[in-house]
Amino acid sequence: MDTNQYLEVFIDESTEHLQSCNENLLALEQNPHDLSIVNEIFRNAHTLKGMSATMGFEDLADLTHKMENVLDAIRNEKIEVSPEILDVVFESIDHLEAMIGDISEGGDGKRNVVETVEKLKRIENGEAINGTNEKALVDDITETIKISATSLNYDDFERTIIEQSHEQGFETYEIAISLRDDCLLKAARVFMVFEVLEKNGDVIKSVPAVEQLEAEQFDTDFSIAFVTKEDITVVEKLLGKVSEVEKVVIQKLNSEVTHEVESLVVASTAKSVEVEVPVQTTTKAVPDSTAKQVEKPTKTAHATSKTIRVNIERLDILMNLFEELVIDRGRLQSIAAELNHNELNESVERMSRVSSDLQNIILNMRMVPVETVFNRFPKMVRQLSRDLNKKVKLDIIGAETELDRTVIDEIGDPLVHLIRNSLDHGVESPEIRLAAGKPEEGHVELRAYHSGNHVFIEIEDDGAGINKERVLSKALEKGVVTPEIASKLTDNQINELILASGFSTAEVLSDISGRGVGLDVVKSTIESLGGNITIESEEGKGSLFSVQLPLTLSIISVMLIEIEQETYAIPLSSIIETSIIRKSDIMNAHNQKVIDFRGKVVPLVFLEEIFEVPRNDNEEDDFHSIVIVRKGDKMAGLVVDSFIGQQEIVLKSLGNYLTNVFAISGATILGNGQVALIIDCNSLIK
Amino acid sequence: MTENVTMDVEVMKVIVFQLGDKEYALPVEQVQGIEKMMHITRVPRTAYYVKGVINLRGVVTPIIDLRDRFGVTTTVSNENTRIIIISEEDMEVGFIVDAANDVMDIAKETIEPQPEVVGSLEEEFISGVANIGNRLLILLNLEKVLSTLK
Repeated sequence: MDTNQYLEVFIDESTEHLQSCNENLLALEQNPHDLSIVNEIFRNAHTLKGMSATMGFEDLADLTHKMENVLDAIRNEKIEVSPEILDVVFESIDHLEAMIGDISEGGDGKRNVVETVEKLKRIENGEAINGTNEKALVDDITETIKISATSLNYDDFERTIIEQSHEQGFETYEIAISLRDDCLLKAARVFMVFEVLEKNGDVIKSVPAVEQLEAEQFDTDFSIAFVTKEDITVVEKLLGKVSEVEKVVIQKLNSEVTHEVESLVVASTAKSVEVEVPVQTTTKAVPDSTAKQVEKPTKTAHATSKTIRVNIERLDILMNLFEELVIDRGRLQSIAAELNHNELNESVERMSRVSSDLQNIILNMRMVPVETVFNRFPKMVRQLSRDLNKKVKLDIIGAETELDRTVIDEIGDPLVHLIRNSLDHGVESPEIRLAAGKPEEGHVELRAYHSGNHVFIEIEDDGAGINKERVLSKALEKGVVTPEIASKLTDNQINELILASGFSTAEVLSDISGRGVGLDVVKSTIESLGGNITIESEEGKGSLFSVQLPLTLSIISVMLIEIEQETYAIPLSSIIETSIIRKSDIMNAHNQKVIDFRGKVVPLVFLEEIFEVPRNDNEEDDFHSIVIVRKGDKMAGLVVDSFIGQQEIVLKSLGNYLTNVFAISGATILGNGQVALIIDCNSLIK
Repeated sequence: MTENVTMDVEVMKVIVFQLGDKEYALPVEQVQGIEKMMHITRVPRTAYYVKGVINLRGVVTPIIDLRDRFGVTTTVSNENTRIIIISEEDMEVGFIVDAANDVMDIAKETIEPQPEVVGSLEEEFISGVANIGNRLLILLNLEKVLSTLK
């Protein structure tokens, strides 16, 4: 079977299902007795199994099947949920993720999982006691309900409706509908059933209530009271045609019920007591799900938001074309200004407004919630805290905050590092925490929020905080700072020393963090994204790592400068300031020309030499225009001919042919349609 | 392909362009378009034959001067000068040529391997020559033209 065309969808969906499994497993660990969560996981696993079998990934299907068995056993209360069992399930999911990863890289998704399979089997068999009986029992119950729950409990209002419709010649029926056990789209089936019914009459009541039905908060059965003038056998046939409906039982409602109520109050109460019994059983059977699926509605709401998958390349193409439009718009505007034609002016102006709206929309399309990065952290924290023998609770706030796709792709690793750092060096072991009068369980909060043109991602822990003396002495020892500078540092500057390269304070290097490379890599990654990172910390109370990121990487603010005829762009994020200096201010240190800039010796970089700009005239100027740029703590002064101004530009790559051009990080297209190169200041500063 | 001596006439559509006094050909499938000369932004510190980049409808595209690349005596750009945009694997590159003359069908059997000429600079970039009437078309080996530049 040719399944290639579905491969991408398969990979995307499986990843989603696994992610959902992960989340639910974590939730299950918090509420081990909530079987609705198990059901949710089971459903995910089941779908995954089906999909992978269809796609021909037998190993994947096989492992999922084994995992499903365990879940089924939990679901049927054959085995109790315990951290050990969950460990194994997590392990299987790790394997599954690895398989999917392999498949997405073109592999066949094969993997040696014997050990895990063995464990799953042991769990499955180890406690298999009387599960089958129980299952039969459950079936029994539902069976009896199907028969007995024919009468629904009506309130006065509903009775009146029934009565009135009787008078107008309508008949009332009670319809009990059972969906198939393996029905996946219960809400959809319910909807179809209601649609059929509402075309032929009116639904006056349903048990469970419509909202619950729509939220799939029922097992497989539901009952409906229905008034109609139509022939009920027609309705029955129609209902039978709705797919995945297993059984439809229709009973004509005795008008006596209502009559009795009308005449004899006492009798009616008696009657209602009588009908209440089966109704109770219905609620009990419909069951467990209603009571326990408290969190369900939010989830289904999530699933219903309509999305389509679009290849990011297509968005890039759209963006490119749109930029062309913007350039033409610029030309049109200047032509219109020249001609001074009223109608032309008006339509050009309208076009400008529409196109800027369009630009916003196109940019927004590239935005992805940080959730896609955050959602792997709960599992990571769980695993880490078990490895470290610490108790840690992770709270995630603002996972819906949106960031450009390109930033999202880059931000994952630095965040992993920071969280590991918090768990490893921040949060103390339970004993120390208790001794310090803190709750045994450490608390790490991951927050994301928008502020202005930036997104902030913060990681706050209530751990030990940063020991400033230790950091300072270590920094001195490693030569990260000189004693003179050290004495002038503010608290926050001391904290930030831990981000310097060649710095690691943990006495015992652990597997988790402290491998020498570490936070300095985090810092440089974040800075290369045009963001920055700050640390606040109070010893004994905890630390806050705050990462500030630009909303998008595809649009950056730059300063345009000119050298001879050529225009270059320097990212504003690396510019400290611009200044104009006299030639006589330039000093020579060995072979390097330097200037004294606010008390610091800053080397000068003559861009025209670096970029070998062809000079037409050798006119000497007494003044130099200088852009002071920085890379970390180091600075350099770029000598240019003149400043053009600040501008928002769209970042573009030079393509696959020109890679690794020295000191050029990309290009952009200027308003006049020409290409300007973007200077990579990092490679100009040594 | 060059040893193809079968009788059935397989034809190949090529774009013919001029460099100096010679005519070259590229399979039409590899040509994305032919553009007039436009502003080229110089990219510093690249190979001498890389003239820079252009804005090709929103895509920044590198430009190679084939005249420099093949050591053909450089003629000054005039109104006949064209940029041929080609694509090879995942790269899009523009070639500056003296003129883009026409599109031709050439029978594959007329393509012969490059005659051994010792010391010819362009030898390595050539996949064959085709003799059509009194015109000699030099077929370029795009992969070579681009890969040796990397």
